[in-house]
Amino acid sequence: MSGHSTYTPKTKFGKFWDDRLPIYRLVHDSFVTFPIPRNLNSFYTFGGILMIMLVSQIITGIVIAMHYVPEASMAFNSVQDMRRDVAYGHTLQTWHAVGASFFFIAVYIHIFRGLYYGSYKAPREILWILGVIIYLLMMATAFMGYVLPWGQMSYWGAQVITSFFSAIPLIGQTLHEYLLGGYAVGNATLNRFFSLHYLLPFMILGIVILHVWTLHVTGQTNPTGVEVKSKQDVVPFTPYATIKDAFAMVVFMIVMCYFVFFLPDYLGHADNYIPADPLKTPAHIVPEWYFLPFYAVLRAVDFNIMIPFTDVVLIDSKLGGVLAMFGAIAILFFVPWLDTSDVRSANYRPLYKIFFWLFVANSVFLGYLGSRPAEGIWIPLTKASTFWYFFHFIVIMPALGWFEKPKPRPASIADSVFGKEDGSAGAAAPSGATAAPETKG
Amino acid sequence: MSDAKEGEGTRRDFLYLATGAAGVVAVGGIAWPLLEQLAPNAREVAAGAPVEVDVSAVEPGMQITVLWRSKPYFVRRLTSEELEAIEGAEQGAFRDYVSAETRLAVPGSEGDDSAEAAPAEWTIVAANCTHLGCVPTKVETGLEGWVCPCHGSIFDAVGRVMKGPAPTNLPLPPYNFASVNRLVIGEEGSRA
Repeated sequence: MSGHSTYTPKTKFGKFWDDRLPIYRLVHDSFVTFPIPRNLNSFYTFGGILMIMLVSQIITGIVIAMHYVPEASMAFNSVQDMRRDVAYGHTLQTWHAVGASFFFIAVYIHIFRGLYYGSYKAPREILWILGVIIYLLMMATAFMGYVLPWGQMSYWGAQVITSFFSAIPLIGQTLHEYLLGGYAVGNATLNRFFSLHYLLPFMILGIVILHVWTLHVTGQTNPTGVEVKSKQDVVPFTPYATIKDAFAMVVFMIVMCYFVFFLPDYLGHADNYIPADPLKTPAHIVPEWYFLPFYAVLRAVDFNIMIPFTDVVLIDSKLGGVLAMFGAIAILFFVPWLDTSDVRSANYRPLYKIFFWLFVANSVFLGYLGSRPAEGIWIPLTKASTFWYFFHFIVIMPALGWFEKPKPRPASIADSVFGKEDGSAGAAAPSGATAAPETKG
Repeated sequence: MSDAKEGEGTRRDFLYLATGAAGVVAVGGIAWPLLEQLAPNAREVAAGAPVEVDVSAVEPGMQITVLWRSKPYFVRRLTSEELEAIEGAEQGAFRDYVSAETRLAVPGSEGDDSAEAAPAEWTIVAANCTHLGCVPTKVETGLEGWVCPCHGSIFDAVGRVMKGPAPTNLPLPPYNFASVNRLVIGEEGSRA
């Protein structure tokens, strides 16, 4: 897809730059003439939405950092003062906090879209892995950002999540103290989290550039999963993707604005309006909604794993839970190799399609379970749901590739768009239809 | 260049190795301070001095929380029902079994005659769950003494783990009773 450039500078000024730093050529080739499959649907607009969300978080973050004090006795009040006394402080702070949630909404749709259309399959493994790295960095950033307002949920969230590292055998305790900069979560912890929360988004930006770079080398997938074969399969990025992405961004922002202006605390927790108290854990502590499925996985392991027929503890319950939780994320790295089917799109995989939606439902259910207290019926349900999460990746994904009989796929993207869905087509699409792509959205 | 004999290292080989070794030392020398600054600072470490609390107002069934090294510790005086329940507990109910006697404290310092009559009814344990550090909530259901609100670990009234993801019992801090009413946390003493 990163074919030869068709850019020709029209002005003397453009020529001057093109001979020295061809940055306009890069933009032109990447976002104007860049060919995209003509059948991309709305789910493919979330990459652009995510880009806007990252920029929006960085801009609001920089300005609210000007009013924030990263000091344990002042942090809570500095956020509350910002919301009351700083001009537009309430909107900017809320935009940043609600924005984090919407960032995750967009990334989850983006990830599930990738899973549905097999976007991780060769030659896009690196593209997928870079995406998982971005997701991990996003989680770290969001977690540290949530600690900064120094409310009860901030404090106890930090306590719980940093304790994950104390589960590591031998070095865990020391590692935990080095992470906190003390024996408990305190001022030193708050300070370093603020520093890292400012750093990580720029690291995300760096990986995003690599992510887009690989995308522009391999080209985009599309709902048929059939690779681009001819010029009839593609349309130029501008205006097709530009307008579609812009429209999607506007719709997404309208929904987000509704939350920012009318439901600013809907996605948060009331407990975080109580200043951090190291002596008292809130009665019902839960992470932000976007961590809930992983939180449920963490809680699912409440038993020691023994060497069979002996009393020797191989992995204790704490390490087991932490391993399961990190494993639930780490397994995403291996998805390109766990899926053994050579058919990309779930549209042509009748069984995978069922299991995909089952997996989506299970993930949402796992999130719901993460929000429930760890008692009664919720405990066995959490275990079952966690089991299914791993079972999907480790057993179903590889097995389906061997057992499933895929439906016939169209010979080309153009065929699928112009009505030759049955896959028998080998002949070119009617030239009359493809000759005027601008009449087909 | 060519003054080396067959099978011997040249001066250039030596320079490669020497430069490489110096590079490793330099990277290590830079990395070490960058990592070491993450450790608890000197003030934090110095703040670990023992704390003394007056426990004269703590009646059976009550619990106070004491901060030492910026971490909370429970000081709980057990009721006779709780002591009975602990006495009658099965060993199999615990994941990390130790006998209750080793976890109960008797007030009074060594050689203090007034302590002789005082029963072993004090539990002095770290207030952070050994799973992920939440502060468990005190409950009074006989044997069960604390329930962690985060992930549902259950501890008995002397802090031994019974259920849930916590792998070990609530740790005992170093402590001693300076007198019947003066508890010192952070300093080892004789435990009855």
